[in-house]
Amino acid sequence: MKGDTGRAVTGGAARGAEPAVEHRFFELIPPGTRIDFVGLRFKMLLLSWTLIAFGLGWAYVRGINWGIDFAGGTMVHVKFAQPTPIGEVRTALQKPELGEALVQDVGRAGNEFQIRVRGAEKGGSGSVSDAIKTELREKFGEGSYDVLRVETVGPKVGKDLGRSATLAVLAATLVMGLYIALRFEVRFGIGAAIALLHDVLMTIGALAIAHMEFDLTTVAALLTVVGYSVHDTVIVSDRIRENMKKMRRDSLATVMNISINETLSRTLITSGTAILVTAALFVLGGPVIHSFAFALLVGFIVGTYSSIYVASPVVLYLEGRQARR
Amino acid sequence: MSRSVLTRAALYVTLAVAAVVFLVPTFARPAPGFWPWHQPIRLGLDLQGGTHLLYSVDIDQAVDNTIDRQMQDVDRMLREEQVGAVSVEREGRTIHLRLANKDKRAQVEELVKGRFQGLVAVPQPDAEVGDLAYTLDQREVQRLHDNVQEQALKIIRNRIDQFGVSEPTVQAQGTDEIVVQLPGIQDPQRAKELIGRTALLEFKLVARGPEAGTVDHPGPNVVVVPGKSEKGRRAERVLVERRTLMTGDVLTDASVGQGAATEGMVVNFVLDGRGAKEFGEITSNNVGRQLAIILDGVVESAPVIEDPITGGRGLIRGRFDFAEAQDLANVLRNGALPAPLKLIEERTVGPTLGQDSIRKGVLSFVVGAVLVVLFMVVYYRGGGAIADAALLLNVLFLVGAFAAFGFTLSLPGIAGIVLTIGMAVDANVLILERIREELRLGKTARAAIEAGYERAWYAIRDSNVTTFCSGLILFQFGSGPVRGFAVTLCLGILTSLATGVFGTRVVYDFLTARRRLATVSV
Repeated sequence: MKGDTGRAVTGGAARGAEPAVEHRFFELIPPGTRIDFVGLRFKMLLLSWTLIAFGLGWAYVRGINWGIDFAGGTMVHVKFAQPTPIGEVRTALQKPELGEALVQDVGRAGNEFQIRVRGAEKGGSGSVSDAIKTELREKFGEGSYDVLRVETVGPKVGKDLGRSATLAVLAATLVMGLYIALRFEVRFGIGAAIALLHDVLMTIGALAIAHMEFDLTTVAALLTVVGYSVHDTVIVSDRIRENMKKMRRDSLATVMNISINETLSRTLITSGTAILVTAALFVLGGPVIHSFAFALLVGFIVGTYSSIYVASPVVLYLEGRQARR
Repeated sequence: MSRSVLTRAALYVTLAVAAVVFLVPTFARPAPGFWPWHQPIRLGLDLQGGTHLLYSVDIDQAVDNTIDRQMQDVDRMLREEQVGAVSVEREGRTIHLRLANKDKRAQVEELVKGRFQGLVAVPQPDAEVGDLAYTLDQREVQRLHDNVQEQALKIIRNRIDQFGVSEPTVQAQGTDEIVVQLPGIQDPQRAKELIGRTALLEFKLVARGPEAGTVDHPGPNVVVVPGKSEKGRRAERVLVERRTLMTGDVLTDASVGQGAATEGMVVNFVLDGRGAKEFGEITSNNVGRQLAIILDGVVESAPVIEDPITGGRGLIRGRFDFAEAQDLANVLRNGALPAPLKLIEERTVGPTLGQDSIRKGVLSFVVGAVLVVLFMVVYYRGGGAIADAALLLNVLFLVGAFAAFGFTLSLPGIAGIVLTIGMAVDANVLILERIREELRLGKTARAAIEAGYERAWYAIRDSNVTTFCSGLILFQFGSGPVRGFAVTLCLGILTSLATGVFGTRVVYDFLTARRRLATVSV
């Protein structure tokens, strides 16, 4: 357990006849690593919640880039045959009946745009999507572009969705916390739930700062982050519990630090593979799931960090309170 | 070698063969004729292109209509029973009865209770003695809720079936919504008009003479109904009598016919026995007058009745083109919707975007898979290779399950498969790290493997249970493509456990059963 090098030489003590086996592993984090995670917790606490405050402040001041799933309205996704300056698309759509048309460049070649008009369809027979198509046809000519996607969502749907999305994320967080509380101890559950809330808030802040569209799939990403971020918390908590039995004399802080260090490589590798595939989705997955992949990517990275720096300190804090009573 | 290893290995081989059987129609189209499975994986609209429409059924309106009808029935019954002067009024969803003769109160109560099971009395503490109030029973409202959606669903399904789209889906969602999915339809305008139309057909006489009044000041029993607007001209407004002589529910069939040279297509209709009799009476009594044929509050045509029509047949001239006439005949055949529908969501995906999404999804999958496979084999060598083999089997099972169970694959679903690759190896990482730890403690290969699986299991179980839970919550919350993602996520966890944990165990058991394993490559 407390080997200080990357290889351990065993003599097969129980079976003297067997030859000594030397294990050489390819290791990211050599055993015996002792990083004082617990000692850093107040600095990290400050850093985390400052970042969250910054992200949420940004979201408050600059607003979240709500997709029409939530805001209601119409989205038209077009692809031009030639790269087209976004300014030209904007001017083409500057018409009073379209209100504030939001144009966003979504491709990599500068020829794919998402045009969004938020809010309810205005009365009358002509729909907003038809108006957008008409304006584009007049400005750029028939056949110079391709309409890839048209979506229209009524305002009531958007409102219902916002409520049920918030509810779903909170419910998931609660279920995770409860499960951990049942499997381990109540304070581990509280720690996990706070860490998950931390991840969700951080991801929302990042979405706002990166001006990523917040739509239905983004909520799916948030829920996945909630479900997956618990992985690392489980791994660490499982080890803390195991070590608490072995090291009864040591303080919880010491046990925690040792446990985090011992599980560090698997925490990093398990999250790492998930982050790897999410990065592939983010880079190669195309505009339709761009914000989805972004939210997953940020959420997974933050989730790994939070299981070390958020969940465990909360447990430690609760331990301190218990001790004082 | 223990029998159990062989049995388990045989199970995995069988499952793999089954998965291949299910997947061949998806990747080799068409599958050879002798092949036992022919259903390729169903693609969501976001991948194959098409239109998704979400309607909400205005059930409140249906409830209002029912209360109106009940009120009229109560009124009629009380008149027939001669209980004396009663005023019947409606206020919101409550029907108020005011009796002139207070002594009849008990009798009225008894009558209503006996004949109108759908109505319940509303206590009126500060009302006068002779006042009674009723409203629709909650169970009745519930029944209406259930029925209205179902009826509307049936009617829309018939309309869509006769519209001619390949593999449309018409489904109920929640308690008052209907989802219509039309693969391959890029311009949903015509489909929307067909579905959204209530198709309430009414026959009313055009008002004439001095009591008709004018468009701005219609007479007492006259209403103004807009006429059909024609290109470039403002719609004419027509004064018709308030009374509805006949409605479209007596129609048994409708079809497209060729009209005279200038009038385009017409719609012929056939009436049932009762309708034919009624129509005969109406036309006999009103020869020389104009009969307005009103569809959803718009006068389609108002022909002059030249002779009594007793054959139970008629026609609507509305200067239709062929498609219009076809759709009108369609909606008339299938009857009017029980409540108005409101289009609340519309999503159309073009075929190029769908193709593009599939290509990009597959590319992310390949790149993600290669990265993970390489990492595992470089970092964990032998153990990594076994985990990689399990990963490939995992993908085979996961995609095979989509084909076998007929789940719909959406773009988020593909993303879910990519994500599963990244998550599936987590269990292997936990096991292999644990094996390394046990080896460092000086255990033999066999004991280390044993302990590795045993000790890692708790963390594996807990972390998968939590992700599975969030998948279930996501399924509950989402719809369409997001549901596809939730399904993939949950299914991926099951296949990951089957292959990454139990599948790799078979390999290790096989290796350790044969000979005494001195080392294990992890």
